[in-house]
Amino acid sequence: MSMFDGFKFRSVFSPIHKMDPRAKFFYVCVLFAVTVMFNQLIPLFILFLIQIPFVVIASVEREWLRSMKGSALFAIIIFVMNLLSLHFYGGYPSFAAILERSLTMTVRFIVLVESFSVFFLTTSPDMLGLALEQSRVPYELCFAFTTAVRFVPVLADEAQTIMDAQKARGLELEGGNFIKRIKNYIPILIPLIVNAIRRSLELAETMESRAWGANKKRTNLYVLKARRKDYCLILISILILVVSIYISTYVRIPSLIEFLPAQ
Amino acid sequence: MIKVEDLYFTYPNGVEALRGVSLEIKNGEFVAIMGQNGAGKTTLVKHINGLLRPTMGRVLVDDVDTTKVSVATLARKVGFVFQNADHQLFCETVEEEISFALRNFGYEQKTVNERVDWALNLLDLTEYRKVSPFMLSGGERKRVALASVLAWDPKIVILDEPTIGQDSQQKERLRQFITQLNRQAKTVIIVTHDIEFVAECQPRVVLMAGGEIVGKGEAKNILTDRELVKEASVVLPEIARVFLGLEDLGFPRDVIDVYEAGRILLGRFGGSS
Repeated sequence: MSMFDGFKFRSVFSPIHKMDPRAKFFYVCVLFAVTVMFNQLIPLFILFLIQIPFVVIASVEREWLRSMKGSALFAIIIFVMNLLSLHFYGGYPSFAAILERSLTMTVRFIVLVESFSVFFLTTSPDMLGLALEQSRVPYELCFAFTTAVRFVPVLADEAQTIMDAQKARGLELEGGNFIKRIKNYIPILIPLIVNAIRRSLELAETMESRAWGANKKRTNLYVLKARRKDYCLILISILILVVSIYISTYVRIPSLIEFLPAQ
Repeated sequence: MIKVEDLYFTYPNGVEALRGVSLEIKNGEFVAIMGQNGAGKTTLVKHINGLLRPTMGRVLVDDVDTTKVSVATLARKVGFVFQNADHQLFCETVEEEISFALRNFGYEQKTVNERVDWALNLLDLTEYRKVSPFMLSGGERKRVALASVLAWDPKIVILDEPTIGQDSQQKERLRQFITQLNRQAKTVIIVTHDIEFVAECQPRVVLMAGGEIVGKGEAKNILTDRELVKEASVVLPEIARVFLGLEDLGFPRDVIDVYEAGRILLGRFGGSS
């Protein structure tokens, strides 16, 4: 479950953790948009690099590395799928071009995972809910969202227990071909889903018995207030966005193969 | 024969769950592992079927080091019934649920059918054969989980908190059932908080606290030892509390069983049972 650990909130005392979640969310959204905007390896790689200082300031390097390791498998799948499909259907002039294109897609995925991982690592679910609420999203939706986020680690733990229980009944998770491997996960997914549904029903009952939603107008103990560094981050994000839009429309980005010696 | 030698285990998050546990369980023994939450009971038994691998020390099952074989291989010998049946049920019918492990082990269809019939009968589930396990009550689901493990007839049976959520009638059936298994020379290990259940079954007791074994021996001796029980934060069985109070009047102090207590009291005060 190392993949999930890379998204689990870590309560660390850092300047990034104390920032307004709305500013961080805006930053993540900008990164998301920019990542999708570019189709070339160089800018995507730069996007990958510019997030690293963020990780270091937040001192979540270990967890961040874990999320990177956890996404390695998906990254490899994306790489191989791109490689194969481009080779057979892409009509690219050379293998180097295919390689670069596949690598680009993989890096794009990694950048996306990276930005979300940093966001979730440094923003507690409560702060996130607060941010949504104070952005005038209906409370029911905010609550559903924060609950979903908060239950991810619980589900991850449960998945581990279920895996243990099925292994104890002789289920071999490793080995076999691709189809067999997917089939192997049925005995794990079904109890996981059934339990999640049961738990959500129970949660609804216990919430209602504790007078959830009795008061239409809610107040909060904490009120979010954007400070100078939050505005700074928003400014930086806007800057990244503007520069990226400019570059992607007016500047021709060289691809790596152009730097290769001509054959 | 299960041999646990100086076992240490630390979870990836840094929690030191076991600190130098050594234990020997002979074939055909009935052992209860007790202690408060977080004492390391479940962590210890998960080593016996290889779900957890020692950080230090080793665990041998019939002289085979558990780190040398897969969980699935060990599972043939060691049946492990998890605390929450909902963590393993996933098939459309009870019958399929019970045959799941048998198929994993590669039994022939004929044998699978025979074993399923046998297990259904054993746990009184025959009428639910074609019913979805999700439609059953909590106690019944627990029995399905138990049947699905006993179906392949493992030599060692580990039950994690078998009495949780069971009414008194089910508990009594469980007790009889465990006695029956034990009589068939199976090794039975239960992990439990249920001191009254243990007092009734009278297995060998292993008392754990803080990742270490603080006491082991006959239930009679362990569950009447005030100091030991206090160390493990376990409460004495009710009968033991009564008889420890009556000790000054010349009553034996090592009584934990209701029927034995009844006999002794009736013997002293006269009357018939």
